[in-house]
Amino acid sequence: MKSISIKNNEHIALDSIPILDYQTFSDVNTALLQKENHHCVNYYGFLYLGKVKLICCIADDLNNNILVSSTLADAKQTLPSLSRQCLAFEKFERELHENFGIQFEGHPWLKPVRYAFNKNDKNSSIRNYPFFKIESEELHEVGVGPIHAGIIEPGHFRFICNGEQILHLEIQLGFQHRGIESLFLQKEKLIQRHTLAENIAGDSAVGHTTAFANLWETLCRHEADAALHFNRTLALELERIAIHTGDLSGMCTDVAYQLGSAVFGRLRTPIINFFQQWCGNRIAKSLIRAGYNPFPFTPELAEKLLQVLASFETDFEEICHETFCAPTVLGRFEKTGIVTHEQATSIGLVGMAARMTNINRDIRASHPYNFYPSLSHTPILKHHGDVYSRAQIKREEVKQSIRYIRTLLMDMPIENLDRKPLPNPLPNTFAISLVEGWRGEICHCAITDDKGRLMHYKIKDPSFHNWLALGLAVRNNEISDFPISNKSFNLSYAGHDL
Amino acid sequence: MINNLKILLHQRKQYLPDVTTVEVPGIFRGLPVISQEMIAEEKLEDCCPTGALSTLPVQIDLGKCTFCGECALRYPSKIKFTKEYKIATNSRERLIVKEGLKKPIHLDPALIRKEIGKYFSGSLKLRQVSAGGDGSCELELGACGNVNFDMGRFGIEFVASPRHADGLVITGPITQNMAEPLQICYDAIPDPKIIILAGTDAISGGIFADSPAVDRSFLDTHTIDLYVPGNPIHPLTFINGVLDLIRNRKEKK
Repeated sequence: MKSISIKNNEHIALDSIPILDYQTFSDVNTALLQKENHHCVNYYGFLYLGKVKLICCIADDLNNNILVSSTLADAKQTLPSLSRQCLAFEKFERELHENFGIQFEGHPWLKPVRYAFNKNDKNSSIRNYPFFKIESEELHEVGVGPIHAGIIEPGHFRFICNGEQILHLEIQLGFQHRGIESLFLQKEKLIQRHTLAENIAGDSAVGHTTAFANLWETLCRHEADAALHFNRTLALELERIAIHTGDLSGMCTDVAYQLGSAVFGRLRTPIINFFQQWCGNRIAKSLIRAGYNPFPFTPELAEKLLQVLASFETDFEEICHETFCAPTVLGRFEKTGIVTHEQATSIGLVGMAARMTNINRDIRASHPYNFYPSLSHTPILKHHGDVYSRAQIKREEVKQSIRYIRTLLMDMPIENLDRKPLPNPLPNTFAISLVEGWRGEICHCAITDDKGRLMHYKIKDPSFHNWLALGLAVRNNEISDFPISNKSFNLSYAGHDL
Repeated sequence: MINNLKILLHQRKQYLPDVTTVEVPGIFRGLPVISQEMIAEEKLEDCCPTGALSTLPVQIDLGKCTFCGECALRYPSKIKFTKEYKIATNSRERLIVKEGLKKPIHLDPALIRKEIGKYFSGSLKLRQVSAGGDGSCELELGACGNVNFDMGRFGIEFVASPRHADGLVITGPITQNMAEPLQICYDAIPDPKIIILAGTDAISGGIFADSPAVDRSFLDTHTIDLYVPGNPIHPLTFINGVLDLIRNRKEKK
């Protein structure tokens, strides 16, 4: 057996993951990635009995399972790079290099990922990041950040331009690194871990907390009741509506379309205010909890939500129609920031960014969890891979989410008033949880020790894969089109830097 | 053109006419009230993720509180969160809510520097720096300027360059990797300038307070003019706090 096949939210004994020699490990996983229905959801390492244990999780979207394999390496060892065959491993290998000093031979450039506090090379500093450079009299560099002009998180963008045209963009991240994976082990109370999960990426509080809650219940062999599944599914779709609407506002701002900017901006308000009515927080922090339900969804809330959605939908459709017909908007959206299907496949894009290039990749459909099996989700796909495709996906996904919410509300489960506290997590166990947040797939993996305590916790935000897509999208664009490309992806800095 | 006018007509007025008195919808968790009921206090501290809750007497430090409401859920007769969103203040001490004392949170007029009212009462331009913020406080700070909250009507706006700014709004626990850019940004703002800490992470570090990846030394050497609690902050908490700071509004009885 070269890998073990598991389902989303399934636990297995840690020692049931096959340990391969590196050559076999490399062959197996690179061979799997040759098919488009396979993609790497996580590849990471942790210290285990004096070695670095590398675990690779490849999702098979056609057969709804995840193929997990492992190998053992030494810190600072030199190994042949998997990126030579599959570029999708590129970022994961950089992370392994940064954390453990493993040298991957043949990797394009083992640059630091986030300058983690526990990095292997203590002498490296975020101040002297090795940027790609081109020596030429005709070209110039533009540096932006880490602090940006707007109210957003920090990251540094370095453009190499020929006049107004971008030849190359390099994105340096890590400024937001808070050591969150280590804190998952350090903070032992469940409420603390919930708080950490909520703070991984503030715009995906529901997504990440759902991934954590599903994972934790899996580790505790706890079958969540229908009301818990219902809440998580409902909250995920509401979060999708809120953020997509806000993004459309931001995209209108970036092309100076004031009406769209103001109307989409204000349309986000009733949705996040509904979160406040439900759980007391506009970002839905404190709503999702493993094993219990602090804010049960009531028929009164359902009625309120239907009203909110009814007036939202009319206004949303009206402004969408106007925006998507306005020449001033279309002129800037169409054929801007293109990522091709080939690029997207090779770098392993996920979520909305994959679907805009016609890759059918959506965890809600391929590895359904919570209430998604009953919704039979059909992903919305586009073909052009440009800003316009991303805007269209946002528009159509908002409408799809509204439909799903109406379906969910037709058959609400009754709140379970007899929940028992969760049992302790299983010892020596590996578990994985995938959630399709609004941005794309969120992956959390946990490993417990022989006493059932967390031994390792790994978080992967969709931004981890997708930042590279932004760099590719803006090549040969005018530099003035960068903001609109950036906003159309709306990637997370905190979720990447952890 | 006709369509645009139709949209404007359909949208009607969206701004909140009075941001100082408006009631927030739902069950917003703002200022907590702690009753004097006797409970098993040793278990009380255990339900708080960040150590904001302490006993003898029971008190909640809003600078550490994540407003998760777990304590109110476990001990509903002891702790209640009210919808009062005016909880920003300039005194770290005043963020601590004590058992039995039902008192609103105001700014301490003695701590407001003279030049703030003199220079900024009609116009305040702010530079926002996210130093490890998760993006939620940033979203809410952005919302302060949208058509609903419309902070711009008070002359308070976020600007792109520190050179144009009168002050700094910090979010996040201040990561090691952001410590230097934060200092550079602060130095680039002309004097006189103010510092606002927005959100639990910025005020105390929140759940990241003891993370080895944060470096909060910037705060040791600078005076903070306003603390805005919340996880994330509510736009109304921010707007009211800033208005109180720059317009030196009197403590209401």
